[in-house]
Amino acid sequence: MAKMSYREALTETLHQEMANDENVIVMGEDVVGGTGSAGGPEAIGGVFGVTGGLFGKFGAERVIDMPISEAGIAGTAAGAALAGKRPVAEIMFSDFIGLCMDQLMNQAAKFRYMFGGKATCPMVLRTTYGAGMQAASQHSQSPHPMVTAIPGLKVAMPSTAADAKGLLTTAIRDDDPVIFFEHKTLYGLQGDVPEGDYLVPFGKARIVSEGEDCTLVATGRMVSFCEDAAKAMSADGISCDIIDPRTTSPLDEDAILDSVEKTGRLIVVDETPPRCSFAADVAALAASEVFSSLKAPIKTVTGPHSPVPFAKELETAFLPSPVKIKSVIEQTVNFS
Amino acid sequence: MQLAREELEQAYRQMKTIREFEDHLHREIAKGTIGGFTHLYGGQEAIAVGVCENLRDTDYITSTHRGHGHCIAKGCDVKGMMKELYGRADGLCKGKGGSMHVADMDVGMLGANGIVGGGPPLATGAALAAKLDGKGGVALSFGGDGSCNQGPVFESMNIAAILNLPSIYVYENNRYSEHTGASYVIASESIASRVEGFGIHTVKADGFDFFEVHEVMKELIEMCREGKGPCAVEFETTRFYGHFEGDPQNYRGPDEVKNDRENNDCVKIFRSKVTEAGLLSEEDLNKIDSEVISLIETSAEEAAAAPVPSPEEVTTDVYVSY
Repeated sequence: MAKMSYREALTETLHQEMANDENVIVMGEDVVGGTGSAGGPEAIGGVFGVTGGLFGKFGAERVIDMPISEAGIAGTAAGAALAGKRPVAEIMFSDFIGLCMDQLMNQAAKFRYMFGGKATCPMVLRTTYGAGMQAASQHSQSPHPMVTAIPGLKVAMPSTAADAKGLLTTAIRDDDPVIFFEHKTLYGLQGDVPEGDYLVPFGKARIVSEGEDCTLVATGRMVSFCEDAAKAMSADGISCDIIDPRTTSPLDEDAILDSVEKTGRLIVVDETPPRCSFAADVAALAASEVFSSLKAPIKTVTGPHSPVPFAKELETAFLPSPVKIKSVIEQTVNFS
Repeated sequence: MQLAREELEQAYRQMKTIREFEDHLHREIAKGTIGGFTHLYGGQEAIAVGVCENLRDTDYITSTHRGHGHCIAKGCDVKGMMKELYGRADGLCKGKGGSMHVADMDVGMLGANGIVGGGPPLATGAALAAKLDGKGGVALSFGGDGSCNQGPVFESMNIAAILNLPSIYVYENNRYSEHTGASYVIASESIASRVEGFGIHTVKADGFDFFEVHEVMKELIEMCREGKGPCAVEFETTRFYGHFEGDPQNYRGPDEVKNDRENNDCVKIFRSKVTEAGLLSEEDLNKIDSEVISLIETSAEEAAAAPVPSPEEVTTDVYVSY
């Protein structure tokens, strides 16, 4: 185990995988940073610092600064993947997925199916997401439900440094296209990370904590919010199962359903707005599969049906919080 | 005309195969035998064949919604394609793709594409892969005049130019973006003049003449193989059928299609050129005609009789593993 940040775990993984397989290439806006500028290349290494050092080690052929052309980046990655490469493309903010949705939704996701199982598209699209930095409406969203809804794509959302490494390694070696969501407030999060090759399988949830009274399901930053809320509830003798699915597609349905059968209560926490959301999806799953186990209505704690605002007070009001989650746990365990 | 006899025969056979394939579909779709949305390539055969006869199986192409011609020209199995169009289990894509998604990775055919402008970004990526592989491979995207107004196409050409990729952008200007005149929807003087803005070597050529297409493409593709960066070409052409099958084509001029069929039929032009030059005889060509007609008839009979996919197939091939 090595102590490192979520960011460092991602960087280490990219270095390891590029060294392991020459077909792995990295491309995106400012992933080198400084190409074509007076200061020389590698001034930036990714605006969130994840791709630092790759250019020096693997060169301009495999670490490619791209123009601000999200559709072009996604399409170039998808085409290179069809032709045998394993591109890891970076879309700086997941809000910009809007610009490259055709290449994800109509192209990469569908090749294998449309072409009768004869094509593979082993690309990873790394992107940042989430509110909490006052980045406002176009740089704070969490559009994982949109891509989770697309058959053919896989969606990973690490919540710890170890999972950042394990899930990214799996994503790069996976033969299907993967959208990889990195929460922008988690880059500095420290944790113990296994050294060397480390893979976390997709579709296998992390059981963050075990309890008896209520099941909390959350991904990314929301996992630690749930931990804080559960901790606060423990003073009242209430204990919670906290389940981090790690990947929203594939989804570890068994882990969620087994837990709800045990606790009889379910709260899903997610920072996207509620309509057609990941929270609604998990709630519907439990309602249809383990209805007879439920002791209380399923609840969701999500952002409201609004864009993410700028002002700190508004952004705080938008986001789920440990306090909000705790209050919903109380309502749920006291339901009669 | 520097082509050997076998090359001429092969080119004619490919053009005629596309023509007969599309004519057959036109008749069957009118009868209601084949479902879905189908866009026929008839009239543009000289371009697909003139381009692809210069490509290897290891080169890549991306195609369009009007893709049957590109597929045949790149070497997709005609019988497999016919079965695919009929929605059969052993179609080239197991009946899951249909007309707009015919593909065959084994011959570098990365798919017809239902999204106008969907292919050029993919070809750009395939060109990046080809460059990294360092074996002189190229990737080529076919597109129509309509696709030249899609942003991602511009993004792709810019990316290909700055990364010096072996990427070739072929525009087939058949005068119509669906049902709207190309001269109306394209602000610049031509597609070619617009593409030149990316610093990409661009040529404008006659797409009715197989020999001009072949010669232009031979030079451009060789340049690409040698690492001289991306290039583009705009071919003037026409389509004999509508945007889609069932299109009433009331937006076309009186006798426009009739005139094109009489004077701008690339298959007829090819025939008269090779016979006048004494390269192939009428008998040679007629023999190929009957072989092609027989192939299409057999393909259609086999497709009609082939088994349909079983319902369980609806959820297979979504992922490699899930």
